Amino acid sequence: MALDRKILGIVGIVIVAAIPLLPLPPFWITLLNNIGLASLVAIGLVLLTGVGGLTSFGQAAFCGFGAYTTAVLTTAYGFSPWLTLPLSLLVGGAVALPLGLITVRLSGHFLPLGTIAWGLALYYLFGQIELIGRYDGISGIPPLELGGYRFLSSGSIFYIIWGFVIATAIGTRNLLDSRVGRAIRALRGGSQAAEAFGVDIVRAKLTVFIFAGVLAALSGWLYAHMQRSVNPTPFGLNMGIEYLLMAVVGGAGHVWGAIFGASLVLILKDLLQRLLPSLIGSTANYEMIVFGILLVAILQFTRDGLWSLVLRLVPKSPRRKLAETDRRLEKREMPAAGTPLVRLDHARKTFGGLVAVNDVSFEVKAGEIVGLIGPNGAGKSTTFNLITAISPLSGGGIAYGGRKLETLSPGQVARQGIARTFQHAKILPDMTVLENVALGAHLRGSSGVARCFLRLDRAEEAVLLAEAERQLERVGLAAYRDRPAGDLALGQIRILEIARALSLDPALLLLDEPAAGLRHGEKQELSDLLKRLRAEGVGVLLVEHDMSFVMGLVDHLVVLDFGTLIAEGKPADVRQHPAVLAAYLGGVS
Amino acid sequence: MDSTILAFLVQDGLTNGAIYALLGLALVLVFAVTRVIFIPQGEFVAYGALTLALLDTGRMPGTALLLLCFGLAAFLLDLWSMRHRPRIGEFSRSVLVNLVLPVAIYGATWILAPMQLNAAVKALLTMAIVAPMGLYVYRIAYRPLADASVLVLLITSVGVHLAMMGLGLVFFGAEGLRARPLSGGSFMLGFLPIPAQALWIYGCTIAAMVGLYVFFEKTLLGKALRATAVNRLGARLVGVRTQLTGGTAFILAATIGAVSGVLIAPITTIYYDTGFLIGLKGFVAAIIGGLASFPVTALAALGVGLVEAFASFFASNFKEIIVFTLIIPVLIWRSLTTDHHEED
Repeated sequence: MALDRKILGIVGIVIVAAIPLLPLPPFWITLLNNIGLASLVAIGLVLLTGVGGLTSFGQAAFCGFGAYTTAVLTTAYGFSPWLTLPLSLLVGGAVALPLGLITVRLSGHFLPLGTIAWGLALYYLFGQIELIGRYDGISGIPPLELGGYRFLSSGSIFYIIWGFVIATAIGTRNLLDSRVGRAIRALRGGSQAAEAFGVDIVRAKLTVFIFAGVLAALSGWLYAHMQRSVNPTPFGLNMGIEYLLMAVVGGAGHVWGAIFGASLVLILKDLLQRLLPSLIGSTANYEMIVFGILLVAILQFTRDGLWSLVLRLVPKSPRRKLAETDRRLEKREMPAAGTPLVRLDHARKTFGGLVAVNDVSFEVKAGEIVGLIGPNGAGKSTTFNLITAISPLSGGGIAYGGRKLETLSPGQVARQGIARTFQHAKILPDMTVLENVALGAHLRGSSGVARCFLRLDRAEEAVLLAEAERQLERVGLAAYRDRPAGDLALGQIRILEIARALSLDPALLLLDEPAAGLRHGEKQELSDLLKRLRAEGVGVLLVEHDMSFVMGLVDHLVVLDFGTLIAEGKPADVRQHPAVLAAYLGGVS
Repeated sequence: MDSTILAFLVQDGLTNGAIYALLGLALVLVFAVTRVIFIPQGEFVAYGALTLALLDTGRMPGTALLLLCFGLAAFLLDLWSMRHRPRIGEFSRSVLVNLVLPVAIYGATWILAPMQLNAAVKALLTMAIVAPMGLYVYRIAYRPLADASVLVLLITSVGVHLAMMGLGLVFFGAEGLRARPLSGGSFMLGFLPIPAQALWIYGCTIAAMVGLYVFFEKTLLGKALRATAVNRLGARLVGVRTQLTGGTAFILAATIGAVSGVLIAPITTIYYDTGFLIGLKGFVAAIIGGLASFPVTALAALGVGLVEAFASFFASNFKEIIVFTLIIPVLIWRSLTTDHHEED
């Protein structure tokens, strides 16, 4: 089947290459060129908004930086256009870096508002700078040239534009299907889980932001050499909104959807600009009415965009074939059984006046399963969040192999070999089961954006996916490997979280109610799995309400009630402890 | 710079700031009740200003016809959503609100517009034309998305803004218009002449603040709006009709927009797209107020007006750049001080 897709791709490229040779009216070619330019920006937005969840209305400004860089350098300083290509991209990236550093820190709805603000400010700035000709802009930009051939006609520059579009689309798909891509895709669904497996959230956001900015700058560079003149108008907020419309129409999340969305919007725009004036009786940008209504309608009726409707017509891709590899990921050297792993020393957490965790002290040793039990609201999950540095401690300390965990970030905690599951499962429903598990192995790979974009990461990727598959087999979910994780039942999702945690190759495993929603047989299998892990030297801290499951499994029990440790010891002893009985069954006195 | 210029700049800044305060209040109101970041707020300003300017010349404003179109669209949507379960009560209410009301307003405008009545009647007529649009916009664009995320609602707002700005272009054309002041003349405050229009602006802003305070604190509907703001589901469980509160918030916002338009039309030339920039300045203030606090928003709006006035004196070309760059540190500060919850 992979071969079929390759053939499909080659046929597609041949068709695209043949278009300028066909006897088409020239404005069609011009329209296609504009679609290509917009597609580049829209692909960046798909990554930024659709995949990463960062809505930007300001992408047009980056086109401006790309276009003005080459315009100034070629007209005023006589640079060759090809020399300005890397410089334009560099300027786009260099502007995106500080803007991104500011923007990605904005939370929720403040982020898109921020992009509106700088989108507007930059547009006015373009119109005020003497060097770039204020609102008049720069004209007389030289055309692209290759071996003496000047790309003057729209039919010739078509090849350059669409060459870049196709290369970008393929590279971006590569990027999404990789270690970096998984981190980016995790930004939207629940960054807390990604963070707990070592994904640097700010860095991942910044990566997509700069990536989208560089693509927009590329589009601007091409635009400058196609149009041969630039002025601020196409780099304003309205264009930024139009680019976002393309991404939303196409379906935020699909790379080909970006090209589809750009085509739809620009063809519609062209039609409207020819039809509406004759209906209304004067010429102006009336298409914005239709665009506005279209945007609202898409959000009301098909929020996944129109490309997802197209995808429904295409048969589902068959079971994915994983690349063969005989390499394996290196395993961590496990501490000898019985050595202390994590030690809580008067750990304390307060939320305002509420003491959620009240000076709790206990430890977990290697090759030991410790049960952490207590009624609802006892502070068990909060304790997990303290150990994994998701919530900062209010007092006391947590030591792990001589390091203070409370000074680390969640990612650094993961790096120490601490993996966890969540009480409210945090999986990425749109990613496959395999990809979800592979996210757990994030720290065990090292490929960066460039390697992933250029497909140089395949050897490492094969090893990561093989590891993920091995963990899936281990927990018994191998049959669901290529299904979207959102399709699984609740109990299976909990098991999936365990497989993801195991992919980290943890020395300490924190499980938050892993048996909830499991059937009896499944609980038995989970229990066997945890016993095997214990035998391998993994330390396990287990929060669980199913007492028969806990009692038969754990070596040591810690009981919390209202944030306070009320008992600890061997399961049989704790069971008889009067304070425990009082907490669970109500006081008798 | 001497003290006369300083005084002029301060007065100018406060006048514009008061308008921004009105808009900021409307934005906070809408966000609090419906979680909609209401980017099209500025369009109501433009509609209000241009409607008044056309009434001034005795012509029929295009907004009256637009109101009919909006009402009809809302009515058709109501019909569509009632298609499985037609109810006579709902149907007749829909006819009344979406068809009879706009037709009545259109008729009134058709009679009153050529009569060239006094300024107050024109102002009230303008508000009567623009205010119901808030309800229809809510019905058409936002109500079907009531449970969507803030982000989806924000993108929706951008769509509504585009459509409304384009409709403004269709119904008013690209020419700018200016209205006659509500009452002409000015009086001297020391050496500084204060135009009567400025007093109207200050008065309306203060009245709006007091009115909103009384509405939210003393009336049942106001309390219902606050309840919806705190917890949609909870409000519904105790019998608050959240669609009603949403519609009310949008009517209030459109009314405030129309009032701002009426107030600003005599002091600056308004084009079909001017409203957006004015509205965004209200946004700067609303964001400083955390999209939550009315008094902080109002104070911040005065600050925005002052910054803008001084910027236009010292670096007039960079006025917009300065005002919109101002928002970025505020956004950062807000992001750091607002708890952001995991989106699940």
